[in-house]
Amino acid sequence: MSDLSLTVTILRFGFLALMWVMVFSVVAAMRRDLVIGRKAKVGAPSARQVRKHPELEQPAPPAKLQARELVVTEGPLSGTTLELSDSPILLGRAQDATLVLEDDYASGRHARLFPQGTRWFIEDLGSTNGTFLGGTQLTRALPVELGTPVRIGKTVIELRS
Amino acid sequence: MSQLATVAKPRRNSELLLLVLALGVGVMANALVNLNLGRTFDNDFYIQTAVLTVLSLAMHVSLRFRAQYADPVILPVVVALNGIGLAVIHRLDIVTGDNAGPRQWLWTTLAVAVAVTVIWMLKDHRILRRYTYISLVLSVALLLMPLVPGITAGDVNGATVWIKLGPFTFQPGEIAKITLAIFFAGYLSSNRDLILLAGKKIGPLQLPRAKDLAPMIVAWMASVGVLVFQHDLGTSILFFGLFMVMIYVATSRVSWILIGLVLMAVGGTAAYKIFPHVARRIDVWIHALEPAYIDAPYGSGQVVQGLFGMANGGLTGTGLGQGSPQGVPLANSDMIVASIGEELGLVGLFAIVCLYALLVARGFRASLGTRDAFGKLLAVGLSFAVALQCFVIIGGVTRLIPLTGLTTPFLAAGGSSLLSNWIIVALILKISDAARRPINVSDGPNSERQREVSAV
Repeated sequence: MSDLSLTVTILRFGFLALMWVMVFSVVAAMRRDLVIGRKAKVGAPSARQVRKHPELEQPAPPAKLQARELVVTEGPLSGTTLELSDSPILLGRAQDATLVLEDDYASGRHARLFPQGTRWFIEDLGSTNGTFLGGTQLTRALPVELGTPVRIGKTVIELRS
Repeated sequence: MSQLATVAKPRRNSELLLLVLALGVGVMANALVNLNLGRTFDNDFYIQTAVLTVLSLAMHVSLRFRAQYADPVILPVVVALNGIGLAVIHRLDIVTGDNAGPRQWLWTTLAVAVAVTVIWMLKDHRILRRYTYISLVLSVALLLMPLVPGITAGDVNGATVWIKLGPFTFQPGEIAKITLAIFFAGYLSSNRDLILLAGKKIGPLQLPRAKDLAPMIVAWMASVGVLVFQHDLGTSILFFGLFMVMIYVATSRVSWILIGLVLMAVGGTAAYKIFPHVARRIDVWIHALEPAYIDAPYGSGQVVQGLFGMANGGLTGTGLGQGSPQGVPLANSDMIVASIGEELGLVGLFAIVCLYALLVARGFRASLGTRDAFGKLLAVGLSFAVALQCFVIIGGVTRLIPLTGLTTPFLAAGGSSLLSNWIIVALILKISDAARRPINVSDGPNSERQREVSAV
């Protein structure tokens, strides 16, 4: 085998190797990106972590959805209640909303209540006047605790068990 | 949870490091082509190296300024793929005397320039939501353009998907896949609840109401229209697949997938019965290795030559510039995967498939992380479009499914595809920036300090 063809062969395999180095570097960068490590882990700690660090233990969540009904406490529809099932609820003035709000300050599709895990979350659907959870305006989906007032226009709703 | 929260980092330096590696892959591929085909390392080689470096750095610097928290691995993966594509096209040019290489360089430059513009001009991906219905109109217009006399480039390789733009030809359908993704994302994110809640329930399936089926019908008609009037099976599959995935992600209802598959089966069977070009594709796929089909015009010769080429390459390939991929028709566009398979072998081709998989996975990751429904759907749709394109074309070349003319993203010669895929990358980078950016960090000069404080 002449020198040149040896070089060419080495370069040929070198290039294949380089491509895989690229692939594995990307994977390594992704792995670091996930920040695997005790301190940086997001979400519920595993059983082993709890054994090592008892302070991480979280109270066991109740198995079923806490809230069973939605009550309108203020506004034109005051006094209305709505049974909650396990499907999301659309709040707004639009005729196809689950709870049709006769409230001039509410948008057509104002907000959306949806169950996740054991809790209900509320998400603003780009309404004109905003949705307020316990006095603060929503910028993203947030969990609604039992009894926390949610203000939509002049209407205030609450979740009850 | 404060001690458990992930500390957000921009990670632009990791990107720079990976970018150097990606440029190494592209430049080494180009160098090997020149070396193995007895070309001297003339000015062209250095100019190309410089251009690729400048283009990648332009993207990198734009990200540093405008999308600091964008995903660090997307850009390097794309640069590596684009670099390999340029080298292989250049390699085929040398043997065939074609002029595709310089054109591809020109389009790469243009595509990166447009991607950089998107990064600078688009402040927030949510702005695109305002253009939901404009996107629909635009998509229809783009899809109809190749049928308009005067600007149409006519029937090219059996499909009417090209328009003439001065000395260049352009495939408006490539851009239409982005505008359609924007429309679907906008439409589904505002109407998700209606589609989810209304309708009868039959057993475990919740059937949608007839009027909620309208967008599904529109998507179906668009893809069938592309098939009937433009004879483009690949794009047709791409549009319908894109819509099915986006509506499934938006509603997580299996009934949509079932309805979609039924519609697809009906459309597919009808197309097979009515249109000779569809029937020919299927016949050619099933009987690919029979001599009568290999020699026929529009026969299986292309696929079979590609298969022979890949078999010749074997596990580690013949080496760049040392095989004979020019024997395959359209070796630098539709069949570029066969050319790569021959010269880089299974090992090289798998590296490329891995790069695609990583790219798509990062797109999905951005979608998981972002906080608005529109961004989620758009990122899923765009990444899935890239994935589906790879599946359809690589599956077609390896004869897993019938071969249809879709471009291999970033690799294949073709300006419109490069342009649209770079725009897709810019959009995914923008969405990943929104996904990874900590909520309480402002864009101000003291954002570094705020981040430190919020991390404690």
